[in-house]
Amino acid sequence: MRPAIFSFCSDPASLDTFHWLSCYLTTGKHMGFYVSFGTVLLLLAITAPLALVFGFGGAMAARAHFAPLSWFGKGYIAIVRGVPDIAFFLFFVIALDQGIEWLRHQVKCPDWDAPIRQGNDFLVCSIAKMPLNSAPQWMHEIYGFSLAVLTFAIVFGAFAANVLFGAMRAVPRAQIETAEAYGMSRGQAFWRVLVPQMWVFALPGLSNLWMVLIKATPLLFLLGVEDIVYWARELGGSKAPQFTDYPHPDWRMWYFLGLLIFYLAFTKVSEIALSRITRRLSRGQATLAGEAMRKDQANSEGTPA
Amino acid sequence: MKSLLLGSAALALTASISLADTVRLGTEGAYPPYNFINDAGEVDGFERELGDELCKRAELTCEWVTNDWDSIIPNLLSGNYDTIIAGMSITDEREEVVDFTQGYTPPSPSAYAAMSADVDLEGGIVAAQTATIQANHVVSTGATIVEYPTPDETVAAVNAGEADAVLADKDFLEPIVSSTDLMFVGEDVLLGNGIGMAFRESDDELRGKFDAAIATMKEDGTLNTLIEKWEVGGTW
Repeated sequence: MRPAIFSFCSDPASLDTFHWLSCYLTTGKHMGFYVSFGTVLLLLAITAPLALVFGFGGAMAARAHFAPLSWFGKGYIAIVRGVPDIAFFLFFVIALDQGIEWLRHQVKCPDWDAPIRQGNDFLVCSIAKMPLNSAPQWMHEIYGFSLAVLTFAIVFGAFAANVLFGAMRAVPRAQIETAEAYGMSRGQAFWRVLVPQMWVFALPGLSNLWMVLIKATPLLFLLGVEDIVYWARELGGSKAPQFTDYPHPDWRMWYFLGLLIFYLAFTKVSEIALSRITRRLSRGQATLAGEAMRKDQANSEGTPA
Repeated sequence: MKSLLLGSAALALTASISLADTVRLGTEGAYPPYNFINDAGEVDGFERELGDELCKRAELTCEWVTNDWDSIIPNLLSGNYDTIIAGMSITDEREEVVDFTQGYTPPSPSAYAAMSADVDLEGGIVAAQTATIQANHVVSTGATIVEYPTPDETVAAVNAGEADAVLADKDFLEPIVSSTDLMFVGEDVLLGNGIGMAFRESDDELRGKFDAAIATMKEDGTLNTLIEKWEVGGTW
């Protein structure tokens, strides 16, 4: 057992409220709770850019002139957006995991003659397991976390693709025509004129997605990753004195109140950051906001100091 | 050169043996005294001690894994861990998808707990954990069932007045009844055929090892000592 952080924690029952709390809030179990905040933030930090990449790829594919690529892009957007998240998380992850193990099985155990599906069981040879059975638990956790990131990125990538697809079409046609009149190729006009201008149209939709993504993180537990909601439920549940040094009644309300504050604070900070980005992106754009900024600047420069 | 080759071959051999011998034990971690997460954040309880002892006797390296109760059987079948040791009662329905060892506890009674002695167990609202033998039993009595994903929430539902009573393993309710306002009501009900470890149906070899280890623990009385220590119902 891990030694307690404070020396006075050896007999919690005899402590006053303040000392009791300081011991209680530093148990190994609570450390797991605090670490899970990091897990959630890390998930968001990796998933958001990855989803944006998936979205950008999806939107580009959907706009492609080559028909099969366009079908693929549109199919990805339509199918993933249409399937409920929870069904996707339950079905897709198991299918992905089994698909990876099946591929490894084909490569590593070509001599295996027993069927892979026996009744309800899914059986691959032990060296094809992903990760290996003998791998330490943290490897399993990282693998589960990676599956979670990929699944989140695919789901939110589809929504982002739809947003970006719309944003690309919202850039005034005159801008592209001007670019072409200057002799830019299609690719040049896309990368130099269309992409820099579309973000301001995409931002309201993308910021919505970001907010939804923040709140979707409790789905992590479906994938076996112990997230903050899992820990809040586990820690808050009533504890009988036989099984812990810190017995307490049902405290889930307090833990969930903590989560509420965390999520609200986090979305508030996001809002501030997003409104700054919106200002930054509107500068010099052919939109109402951009035009207003241009006028403000012209006015302040025009008046004598 | 030759000895080097032999040496590396021997190394490879031992590596593959230790590879095959790591057994992942899946549990819920929310069902004291059978299994729970202790203050240090580790799996603890009757089944933790039992599982560690069984692994020692079967000479296996074991690793503990926690999993949600709802998906505990599907994840066993798809190979995320090798056995379930989570207070799971042996029932005919479960026998259709998994194979059990012999029971490591005798059939233990389930009991109703409520805030007052005069609740209506046949016509009232009774809480039980999803996909348990208790949930099946409540449905058969004609009471209105409310199901919860974790055992703790079934008790919280009674405390909050959402349910009139909770039906659960008596060993699980005992420490709660002794430390809170809840009381046992009505008669105990005998459900299930004891608690066993569950394995994939294709995994007879591993099941055999654990089955044999359980048998030796029954013979030399260590299993009874553990049962008494954690107060998980009757002894053998």
